[in-house]
Amino acid sequence: MNKELKILGIVVIFTLILYWGVEPFAHSQMHKHVEGHGLVYDGKADIEEASKAKKEAKEKFWADVKRISSIKGDPVAGEATFAMCGSCHMKNASNMGGVTPPSLDHAGALYDKNFLIALIKNPAMATNVDHKYKDTATHPMGGVMSMVSSDQDIANVVAYLKTKKAGEVTPKEAFIEACSRCHANRYGKLTQLGEIPKTKSNIKTGQDIDRMKYDQKVATEQNALADYLGKLPPDLSIIYRARSEHFLETFIENPQSQLPGTAMPRTGLSHEGMEKVLSFLEETGDPSKPARDALGPWVLAFFVIFTILAYLWKQYQWRDLH
Amino acid sequence: MAHFDENAKPFSHQWLNDRLAIDTLKRVLSTEYWIPKNINFLWAMGMVLAATFGLLLISGIFLLMYYQPNTNLAFDSVNYTIMTEVGYGWLWRHIHGVGASVVFLIIYIHMFTGIYYGSYKRGRELIWLSGMLLFVLFSAEAFSGYMLPWGQMSYWAGMVITNLFSGGSLHANGLVEWIRGDYIPGQAFLSRFFMLHVLLMPLVIIGAIVFHFGTLRLPHVNNQDGEDFDFEESARLYKEGKKKESKVIPFNPVFLSKDVFVMGIYFIFFFYLVFYHFEFAMDPVNFDPANGLKTPTHIYPEWYFLWSYEILRPFPTDPGLIAFGFAQVIFFLLPFLDRSPNVAPASRRGLFKFWFWILLVDMIVLTFMGKLPPQGIWSTIGLIAAIIFIALWVLLPIITKLEKKL
Repeated sequence: MNKELKILGIVVIFTLILYWGVEPFAHSQMHKHVEGHGLVYDGKADIEEASKAKKEAKEKFWADVKRISSIKGDPVAGEATFAMCGSCHMKNASNMGGVTPPSLDHAGALYDKNFLIALIKNPAMATNVDHKYKDTATHPMGGVMSMVSSDQDIANVVAYLKTKKAGEVTPKEAFIEACSRCHANRYGKLTQLGEIPKTKSNIKTGQDIDRMKYDQKVATEQNALADYLGKLPPDLSIIYRARSEHFLETFIENPQSQLPGTAMPRTGLSHEGMEKVLSFLEETGDPSKPARDALGPWVLAFFVIFTILAYLWKQYQWRDLH
Repeated sequence: MAHFDENAKPFSHQWLNDRLAIDTLKRVLSTEYWIPKNINFLWAMGMVLAATFGLLLISGIFLLMYYQPNTNLAFDSVNYTIMTEVGYGWLWRHIHGVGASVVFLIIYIHMFTGIYYGSYKRGRELIWLSGMLLFVLFSAEAFSGYMLPWGQMSYWAGMVITNLFSGGSLHANGLVEWIRGDYIPGQAFLSRFFMLHVLLMPLVIIGAIVFHFGTLRLPHVNNQDGEDFDFEESARLYKEGKKKESKVIPFNPVFLSKDVFVMGIYFIFFFYLVFYHFEFAMDPVNFDPANGLKTPTHIYPEWYFLWSYEILRPFPTDPGLIAFGFAQVIFFLLPFLDRSPNVAPASRRGLFKFWFWILLVDMIVLTFMGKLPPQGIWSTIGLIAAIIFIALWVLLPIITKLEKKL
């Protein structure tokens, strides 16, 4: 018996060493480690990464954001100013310069306050994709820079979003508003145009004509996106299994940190927004988790009982051998 | 002409015995199939492997009902249909994925047990050779199965491994295209690996398992001390009730009871992995759909191929391929390279003891380096480990020849 345990110990130790080497250790060496910055959007990482020529501009930009952040905004005045935003950010909005403006129904809950201020002040700088533009005013949302330009106006609009557009948001809504303008999620039945409508085959043609029309619209949208971003952003159905959660968090927080030069803008998610988006990605990427957690203990309990019975049988069979 | 009892009722014991010799079969294969008493739990690994193969076969049959061997549909049929829409599809998939990985862990334990106790010598050569054949067949089965989800790692592993057949400077691209059925991995490639995975390989494996069992029957299983004793005599003692004096036990039920207990412990470990720790068996890279225009940053095989991959990698192309070929066949030759007359645990065999542990540690080092990016110190360590591997096999006949007879 002692000898058996000794042998088992050797087998277990070698197995664990093997596992450590090919899993945790190998993966820690293969991917560069990026520290998150706790979803605080103060431009620190942007300034560090920036080229010499841009450093100064970035420093000034984020100092301005900090200043505006300390101004008390007036939500009522903000609502009036916000009316201007509604001319693009509306229901059934159409593609503008490559991307369809997202709904802002839960913007106050999904996005960080400082990020919203920065975004209104200069969208390209805030999203850390200014390297793509000679003049940041040519960003598809660049118009906002002339529409809402005074510090007080910016503070007012953000105050409005943070109070009136901060209702309870579901994981799916969070994904649709924050991600799905660019990323489809086919397992979640979402395209860049939102939820895939239910359609039926047409009895005369035997084909689902409505679906074909919808697909055509999606193709047009995707084509515009690919033209604008350089390539079509990947479908995120199962990205939760393809990347670690740490990667997703730090990537969403600042895409440039993990993939320098990427066309993906920072989305400025707040803690709540990040939690909701990741929870939707988990739902579509790893849908069996609740079922696993429910069934696992029963199966393991079965085999524990099985093993106890097997041990008793073994003891019985070997009782008079030695 | 055999004698048939005409009064025997159809399907009665006598009736079956006349036609199938069931009493003899039962005696030969089970109640009087003698196994040495002096064994430890490592002797149960064969049955653990058979059980794991069973799990793979059953889970595979369920997966086969929904899997689509089509380059456009394969990825989603695995990751969406089976994982979301099929009842318990996720369970079958996780059993299959974890089983495919764990089966190699047990194969390696089984192999190193055989090496440690010298269970490939003195009449047991065919056990070793058929076992090695099974290792190669399982490798082919694992590789072909790995193509099926048609993710990034499926595609690029398929590309890299089939490229090996170009033979380096031989530039046998025609052979590579013939294997792929195309210039690059595509529909023809997926279809044929699907066929290999679900039909040809399993058929051959089942045949080889039967053969492996067959090779075991006459030389009998080895024991913890490599002791060569008279099975007939021990069997007689056992049958006379002198169980304490006898050195053997019957396969059924005595040996089996221990096997089943070991299997119980193994199943707890196995299903713990299936439910709570399956990520190691399903590489994240393979959750990105296959894309021939986007090479992944790191391409590496599953952990069980890493040591031989690392014997290929640190050398220039042609020597690398030769070293790789060497690594693939050298284990087959073990019974003939070991020139010592001793069948005994490695601990009692002088230099062979060191040979065994160095080989084991070296293969683990190769495994680590096979996954790490081939840069700087990792490349150097990999190269040294690969040279040590080759040197060990060159030295084996010499050190075993020097071994004193026990």
